[in-house]
Amino acid sequence: MIPLSWYLFVAAGLFSIGLYGVLARKNAVAILMSVEFMLNAVNINLVAFWRYQTPESMNGQVFAAMVFAVAAAEVAVGLALVISIYRRRKTVSANEINLMKW
Amino acid sequence: MFGNITSSMLLAILPEIALLVLITVIFIADLVLHGKQNSNLAGITAVGIAAIFVLTLIYARPGETDELVWGGMLRHDWLAFVFKLLFLASGFITTLFTIGWESVWRKGEFYVLLLTSLLGMTLMAASADLIMLFLAIETTSIPLYVMAGFMTNNDKSTESGFKYLLFGAMTTAVMLYGLSLLYGLAGTSNIYAMAESIAARAIPSPVLVGTLLLILLGFGFKVALVPLHFWAPDVYEGAPTPVTAFLSTASKAAGFAVLARVMIAAFPSILADWQTIIAIAAALSMIVGNVVALTQTNIKRLLAYSSIAHAGYALLGIAAASELGVLSVVYYFLVYAVTNLAAFGVVIIVYHTTGSDEISDYAGLSRRSPMLALAMLLAFLSLAGVPPLGGFIAKVLAFAAAVDAGFVWLAVLGVLNSIVGLYYYLIVLKVVYLFPPKDEKAIPTRRSHGIALATSVLLVLLLGVVLAPWYDWAAASAASLF
Repeated sequence: MIPLSWYLFVAAGLFSIGLYGVLARKNAVAILMSVEFMLNAVNINLVAFWRYQTPESMNGQVFAAMVFAVAAAEVAVGLALVISIYRRRKTVSANEINLMKW
Repeated sequence: MFGNITSSMLLAILPEIALLVLITVIFIADLVLHGKQNSNLAGITAVGIAAIFVLTLIYARPGETDELVWGGMLRHDWLAFVFKLLFLASGFITTLFTIGWESVWRKGEFYVLLLTSLLGMTLMAASADLIMLFLAIETTSIPLYVMAGFMTNNDKSTESGFKYLLFGAMTTAVMLYGLSLLYGLAGTSNIYAMAESIAARAIPSPVLVGTLLLILLGFGFKVALVPLHFWAPDVYEGAPTPVTAFLSTASKAAGFAVLARVMIAAFPSILADWQTIIAIAAALSMIVGNVVALTQTNIKRLLAYSSIAHAGYALLGIAAASELGVLSVVYYFLVYAVTNLAAFGVVIIVYHTTGSDEISDYAGLSRRSPMLALAMLLAFLSLAGVPPLGGFIAKVLAFAAAVDAGFVWLAVLGVLNSIVGLYYYLIVLKVVYLFPPKDEKAIPTRRSHGIALATSVLLVLLLGVVLAPWYDWAAASAASLF
């Protein structure tokens, strides 16, 4: 059987890619996509930990199900906010949305 | 796992059930009411929250022993009870302040979002399981993102919602990664089974500290601690002011309830490490919040930085990790919530007449509306920590907890920062009382705003003068964690 650590490495890699995307990309939609990467890394972690450690209790599975349900809600709200800002500014670049600072 | 549903289990989630009923009522009312009648929505919400407050106070009081209910998802204890009452009170006052706010009130969905967020906070205060905790935090945050960006015809409001969402989604994802690692390390998702399980598995402390840092990133964002504070001034400035008031009081208090519970219950094995981390965050928050507040010209931004500094003071109690520490946190938030609501209340009322949030436009407020100026005086002096107002007692307790736990340097830093704080609060009061008004016209106050402001100012005084009942509540909450 594939050892647990392999799953954790994949998840850590995916998480890092997502984190890099969040920090480096300027486009709001791309940032939301990168957040999805990070959340998927979380799900891999959760399901792997559940399967290898406590398969008799359902906690890990429930947790993972909650994570993607909430992630969907968050992205729905996120895209709505992106649309509302696009309508006024005609841009979704995080760099140009800087009316307020300091 | 669940067995039979007993009445005590239902009583434990009485406020949540009642809030859900109220949300449904608002949905239906929004459907039925038309045109001008829609202005009743705020009234229905306010009366509903008040009723839930009374119901909770009478029926949902926890018993002698703290019990885990609903399969270990929630804990029915005094900490949860006191914080739930605090959220409901802030929700009530916030709702009254939304009345008359263009493009926000008369909208059923706004009040549904407000109540949903309130529902999430009540669950946050009681969560005893990582799954429930995550769900509760998101139930609180997602409606708040929308509320911050609710005025879609306003550039600042949309930007505020947008920034809040991006930073929120990012930090939540990092926090969640930490939670997933914690679940893996402990092999359980229950916060109260965690400490034992971590000790039994002999998890090396550097791994645990790393995981904790990831989790703290999410909590720190929620309560706006330095270095995760950068979103707060922008979001506070852009959001509709009633939403800002709600964000800076209830949402912050909810974050602290979670912080106190999780840190103390789940991480006793790395106590010294997390105490140091929290102490550093507290010191940075106090310094950055107060120093940057000195240069602000917009009252909402000033209050945003002041709220960052206040999170720093309250954090002293968490860093102490003692019963007195948790007591001081609870007391701090009882005081801070009503005080900040009063301060934002004045900002809201003044904005309705002047249409400006600039501090210079507060010149001569004492002549335009003496009562409003008096309310502002009391609120700001309480924020500064002047006796006999609530803020003084709260600060004394926080500093006492820090000294008691051996963080003397932190208490000294806190006192020094309070002096800086007093300076910029007094500058605003100088503008209000001594500068001549640009415009002699009186500032009218709506009755609903008057009631809300009077309630909060009265509570600020009560919390400073009549100590016993509040102190007992805070002490009972602290005792329920140890």
